[in-house]
Order: sequence, then C-alpha cells, then structure tokens
Amino acid sequence: MEKIYSRTLTIQENKVSGFCPGCMHSTVIKLIGEAIDELGVIDKSVAITGIGCCGLHMDYIAYDNITAPHGRACAVATGIKRTSPDSLVFTYQGDGDFASIGLAESVSAANRGENFTVIFINNGIYGMTGGQMAPTTLLGMKATTAPKGRNAEEHGYPMHVCELLDQLTAPHYLERVSCNTPQNVIKTKNAIKKAFKYQLEGKGFSLVEIVTSCPTNWGLDPLDALDFIEQKMLPEYPLGVVRDKK
Amino acid sequence: MARKLMKGCEAIAEAAVRAGCRFFAGYPITPQNEIPEYFARRLPEVGGVFVQGESEVASVNMVYGAAAAGTRSMTSSSSPGIALKSEGISYCAAARIPMVYANISRGGPGVGAIQPAQQDYFQATKASGNGGFEMLVLAPSTVQEAVDLTYAAFDYADRDRNPVLLLADGVIGTMMEPVELPPMKTDEEVAAIKASKSGWACIGHKLDYANRSWIAPGQWDTAIMQKQNEEAAAVYASWKKDLQVEEYQIEDAEVVIAAYGICARIGKSVVDICRAAGKKVGLIRPITVHPFPYSSFDKINYDVCKAVLDVEMSIPAQLVQDVELGVKGRCPIETCLCSGGNIMSREAVLEAVDAILAK
Repeated sequence: MEKIYSRTLTIQENKVSGFCPGCMHSTVIKLIGEAIDELGVIDKSVAITGIGCCGLHMDYIAYDNITAPHGRACAVATGIKRTSPDSLVFTYQGDGDFASIGLAESVSAANRGENFTVIFINNGIYGMTGGQMAPTTLLGMKATTAPKGRNAEEHGYPMHVCELLDQLTAPHYLERVSCNTPQNVIKTKNAIKKAFKYQLEGKGFSLVEIVTSCPTNWGLDPLDALDFIEQKMLPEYPLGVVRDKK
Repeated sequence: MARKLMKGCEAIAEAAVRAGCRFFAGYPITPQNEIPEYFARRLPEVGGVFVQGESEVASVNMVYGAAAAGTRSMTSSSSPGIALKSEGISYCAAARIPMVYANISRGGPGVGAIQPAQQDYFQATKASGNGGFEMLVLAPSTVQEAVDLTYAAFDYADRDRNPVLLLADGVIGTMMEPVELPPMKTDEEVAAIKASKSGWACIGHKLDYANRSWIAPGQWDTAIMQKQNEEAAAVYASWKKDLQVEEYQIEDAEVVIAAYGICARIGKSVVDICRAAGKKVGLIRPITVHPFPYSSFDKINYDVCKAVLDVEMSIPAQLVQDVELGVKGRCPIETCLCSGGNIMSREAVLEAVDAILAK
C-alpha cells in the first residue's frame, strides 16, 4: 500500500501536546515541520522561540532551538544568521513578544532586511500569563488588564503588523494567513514554505502573520473560537499577501 | 615585538580581533564609542561581522545569538548601557553561552556623568543581571593590561561557557599608551575554535531527536533547573585558580592601599613616592575583582599596619565591602573617595596616607 501521509519528521516522537484544546500553536508547529521536511532542510534549521506560549514550541521539535529573552528573538536571529548564513533561521513569536515588548527589535530587523523568517502568531491576547491585553487585542475585547474591554481612548487601536512593516522598504515578503479552516491551514503552510524558500534564496526579511485563536483566554470553546476568528478577527486583520517582491 | 601607541578602547577591540572575535554588536554611548567604531572598520577586513544594534538590549541579544552559533563574540557599553544589557547577559549565563563584554564605566547612577568613574563595582561583581549568576570580572589598570585581559577573556569564556566582563573605566578606555599586541589568531585557528563548538552550537543538526542543539536559558522542570544551577555553581567555585592580584610592598607596610583599575595605578605611584621618602606604604590591587583575592589581605602584617586605605572613584564606596571581608577586622579601614566623573588625584591619596601615618 502506498504511504501518502506519515508523522512529521521534525516532531519528536512520543510527545503529547501540552497546548490547550483548540490552540493553534500545535497546528502551526506541525506546518513548520512539514515545510522543513519537504524542503529537506532539517539539518540546517534553527528556531528562535520567544517567551510565552510560543516558547512551548521547543518541547516538540527536532530541529535546533534557542530561547530568546522576551521580545528579542529578531535580535538573536540577527546574530545567528549573520554568523551562520547557511542555516535556515526563523523566529516563532506571539503578539506580545513580537509587537509589544519586542517592537524595536522586530521593526529594526525588518528595516535592515535581515535574511530570516518570522512566524508571527496573532491571537489578540497574552496566553501564558493569563489573558492580558496585547497590542493586537480587538476593540471591545475583554482582557484581564482591560476588564471592561479595550477602548480606543485609553488603549489605542489594534496593531496591524503586516501593514506596519509594509511602510519599510527592505522586507521581501509579508502575508497574513489563518488556521481557522482546512483551506486556510493549507494556505498557511504554503506561506511558511514560500517564506523559507525566499530565505534560502537570500531574498531577505519575510514575515508570516498567522491569525489564531486562544479559546482558553477568549473564554470560548474551540469551535466558537473558530467563529470568532471569522466574524471578529478577520474583519480587523484581513488575510492575504501584503507584500511579495517575488 | 614592536610597540604601538593606541587608545584604550581601540586596543581592546584589536585585542579581541586578535583573539578570534568575529562578531561585535553595540550601540553608541560615551566613553566607549571607539570600540564599536573600531570593530566597524576592522571586522570586515578579517571576515567578521559588525552590527550597530538598535539598542544595547538588541546588541547583547545579537551577541547571544552569534555566540550561540559558535562564533567568538563581543559587545561593549558604558554604565547605563551595561544596565540595559543585563537581560542578555543573564540569558547568556543561564544558557552557558561564552561571550565577552566590556564596561568602560562612567559616573552614575542614572545617566550620570560621561567622565570616568568606578560606580558600577557592585553591579559588575555581585549582580550583573537577575538570577544570581557569576562571571569572571577582569579590571585592567593600564591599556596594556586591558589588551592582555581582553585576549585572555575569550579563552576563559570558552573554557567555562560563561560570559566574561572586562571592567574598565573612562580613563583606561580613552587614554593612549604604547602597547604590545598579542599574536593574531590565524583563520585556521579561528575556524577550529568555531568547529569545536559545533556539537552544541545552534546552527542546525542532522535529524537526531536526542542530540539537537537546545540553547535553554531556563527549564520547566525544577529538578533540571536546580541541576543546571548546581553545574554553574561548580564552575564558579573552580575560579580560585584564576585569581589575579598585584601585591606591592605590603610585607612591612604601615598603610596598605586597596584599589583596582585606574585608582590602583594612581595608588601605586603613591606607594613609590612614599617609599622614596621612607614611608612604609604598600598596595593590594585585585586584577580579578570577581572572584576577589581576599587571601591577599592575610599577608598584611597587622602588627605594624595602622590601616588599610580603600581608594576608589565611587561615592558611596563599594570596593570597601570586599576589603572588609579580606581584612576581617584586623585593622581599621579608611577611605579616599571621589565620584561624579572626577578622577582620583594623587595628592588626595598622599594626604590620606599621611593622615593615617600621623595617627
């Protein structure tokens, strides 16, 4: 019998996911693994994981990993890629990590056109610390540090990372995708693979923003969280290619 | 070997390049700008990489990455910038990543003064970041010593897989002196050093679930975290063999000056002036300020020593607390202090010595 699907090589054997039910980190980590497998670059892949739920990434994977201080993944990636240019280097960061505490490191690395890839997980909230407001939290969305919901007068507006980086000249490829439907999962994998290919071709900075759910801190069951993405998150964060220099 | 007239900061940078440093990231701050500027010119000549980081925080994390990828790497700053680097330094220590950094220190706290000072002693020797890690802290008192210690620092860092701090001050960093430079490591030697780290370096490995590179500055498992701290503590405990100290004419001294860095150099000239005048004065100069050479203070003849004179460019005094641990109450301790970017004057030290001798 022809084998058409098997365990992703880059996922460690005998590991049970510690992510919450409905969390899409496990989906994205598997997609990264599939992209690495298919590109045949396991032996040169390096992940720089941020702090927060994104940091749990390291427990499940078989490629090299370094944990960056909160927000500094793009600086750490700069140091690795500049001195080990043949490695496939990518950061894996949540919205608090990339867009709040790490905004200076993130924007500066993008502005330098560093030749690595950012996998940016946008679920509009801090997960590991228990549901605090993120730069990406929607207006009206409740968070433990915005108990009445985010309001523009006090907290400003949700931050659009792809569009923000689109103001810079250097970035090569910016796309926003989601994992809320099977079709979108496939598009997410294609975007990750495209970003990795661009890096291997030396094209410079790429970022894939993935709109995901956090059922636990959104206070929704996993299926309702999918609806929330469709009805609330995607109107604020429209999917699609923001920039592709090809 | 020919000697060359060099500014302290540039000599430190050249010594690092000769030691095989091939990555530097830094951010402008006075009085150490000549270090990043020198690396920016020099590193491309030897196949190295210089990055001007967007901040001290970013710069130290670039070094964390480059060093984790196996390259001898360095950053530098001055007092407030060093405070910003403490996050990355703590991560390097926690993850056991070898790197070297220099503090060309200035007056503080806060933005302080841009002129030389020794206000960062506690920060350098006791707590350079969260978590109770330790580092070898090397304190040169001449440009030549800054060169030699920088060169050695990379070997210490690699041996221990730990950060090493060069604690200099604005005088050492900005004055010019003739120096003899150490030999330039060949490209083959630099490559061999990098290759020796390829087992743990975070650069990609063949698929092997057990033996990937995992640079972990923390652990979920508390038992593993404790073990990691115990292993680090064992390394720190091994540093007694690395103690460096200059003990100068202390056997019969009635006053022993205790000082490091530029203050020790001034103190040593005071010893020479006093000895020429028949006054029995000596000097203890820690070169490693961490670990601290407490046992040198056991060599003082407390039957004749009237006091130990702590000389430092810090108010309040900081070094004095380690001096107290060395003296253990066996004689009084006096201080001669200045701060705010003022450089210690020889006359002030001479006056303080004479005041003790007159007692």
